[in-house]
Amino acid sequence: MGIELSLSNESKHREVMATGHVIPVQSRCVQCGICSFNCPIGIDVRRHAWMGEPIDDSHCLTCGECVRRCPRGALRFERTELFKREEA
Amino acid sequence: MTRYVVVGTGVAGVAAIDTLRSRDRSAEITLVGDDPHGFYSRPGLAYYLTGEIPEKQLTIFTKEDWKPLNSKYVRGNATRLNPQKHQLEIGSAGTLTYDRLLLATGSVAVPSSIPGADLQGVVKLDDFDDARRIVSLARHARSAVVVGGGIIAVELVEGLKALGLKVHYFLRGERYWPNVLDENESRLLEHRLTEDGVIFHFQTETAEILGKNGKVAGIRTTKGETIRCEIVAMGIGVKARMELAKAAGLATERGILTNETMQTSDPDIFAAGDVSQVREALSGQSFMDTLWHPARETGRIAAFNMAGVSKTYKRKVAINVVRLAGVMTTIIGAVGSGIDDDLVSVARGSSETWQQLPNTISMQSNSDVNHLRLMIGEQSLLGAMVMGDQKLSWPLQDLISSNADITSIRHLLHPGAALGQIVMDFWSNLVK
Repeated sequence: MGIELSLSNESKHREVMATGHVIPVQSRCVQCGICSFNCPIGIDVRRHAWMGEPIDDSHCLTCGECVRRCPRGALRFERTELFKREEA
Repeated sequence: MTRYVVVGTGVAGVAAIDTLRSRDRSAEITLVGDDPHGFYSRPGLAYYLTGEIPEKQLTIFTKEDWKPLNSKYVRGNATRLNPQKHQLEIGSAGTLTYDRLLLATGSVAVPSSIPGADLQGVVKLDDFDDARRIVSLARHARSAVVVGGGIIAVELVEGLKALGLKVHYFLRGERYWPNVLDENESRLLEHRLTEDGVIFHFQTETAEILGKNGKVAGIRTTKGETIRCEIVAMGIGVKARMELAKAAGLATERGILTNETMQTSDPDIFAAGDVSQVREALSGQSFMDTLWHPARETGRIAAFNMAGVSKTYKRKVAINVVRLAGVMTTIIGAVGSGIDDDLVSVARGSSETWQQLPNTISMQSNSDVNHLRLMIGEQSLLGAMVMGDQKLSWPLQDLISSNADITSIRHLLHPGAALGQIVMDFWSNLVK
């Protein structure tokens, strides 16, 4: 049961990462730059947050490093409508 | 060609020049500031102290980011403002003539009047140089004492701890941040910090900071106890930097008074950010915020009005999300009341509205690591405190800032109920 649950969580997590992108919310961001500093491929996430734009960089791995490390909870994953799967 | 002068290189000032340039391509825009580091993340200083980011990461704009703003930068301390002549004197850097001026001079730590407060090793955390000073002093220090309250004091505690020091935290009262946190919340954070090795001294006041050769050597409490330390960090509140405005005869109270267009008592002078005190037209009330986002927003609104586009600043529910003692914490709206003996004014990263306690019922759910407190009004949620698991942080920000009608679930909210789940379900249905 426990294993099934964690597998299902893991696959859901993967699905969100594959079909979503990172969205900044300006009302929470304080431009500390922890996000940009920790991005493994050097995307300037902070600049996107300043502009209030989603991280739509095609190189984004959606690895979640910036979301996890943001000390202000200013970043979150959101599903991209473009790749939204039809409900079964 | 309109001449705009913006005083202050913090987020309010930079948001203003960004907006001014977007509205007026031909205007002459001059940014004046005395901070040698220009525009950087002031809240980020806490993460520099903990070692999560290197110093250079604090700088927000690259050269490329500045280019489209096409503004002149004058580094210097604005020394005199003459509203009649529309002139601003900047010491030896000369005099600027403006058509419209923005004062975004921010706030500074309230200085301590304790004997010995001028010794080397007594620090605050206002700006980049303060943070550098702390890091440099910590290299040759073993112990530090932190005095004060609110978010800034705990940031100092955590920063000094991360720098390898033994940290004592002095509190005048019985618990941490009593006018915003309830007792459970204070205890939770105190417990976490104690586990990290921080030594709390409750009901403790400083009588004197002891020195040796001009440097901090220890601290003596009013009870006569002496603690050896090389650093004393103070975070007892901030005050608006409004000397320039006062001397020029502008209307001031705790900050520079503005209406909701951010205009001061002089029609060609505007104020934004920590230094501004916005009076709401409808209620006649005014609150001070020392938060990043309201500073940015007031800078933007001021700039629109300076450029002739009428916009009013509608104060939103004050929110801050911070990590306190390693615990992610969201503070929204009205959550506390009373006084905090550790602060003489509003603390940095704070809002006076958090200290309001309207006619509400407070309910909470707790687990070992997570905590939720709701301030429940007649028909809406008025405030919330979310500690630990942050799943409810977004839904609550949404529900409280939109003043959502909770009548349909009001009867379900009673002590012992699964408050978190009820709120989450309600919000999920609402946004479906």
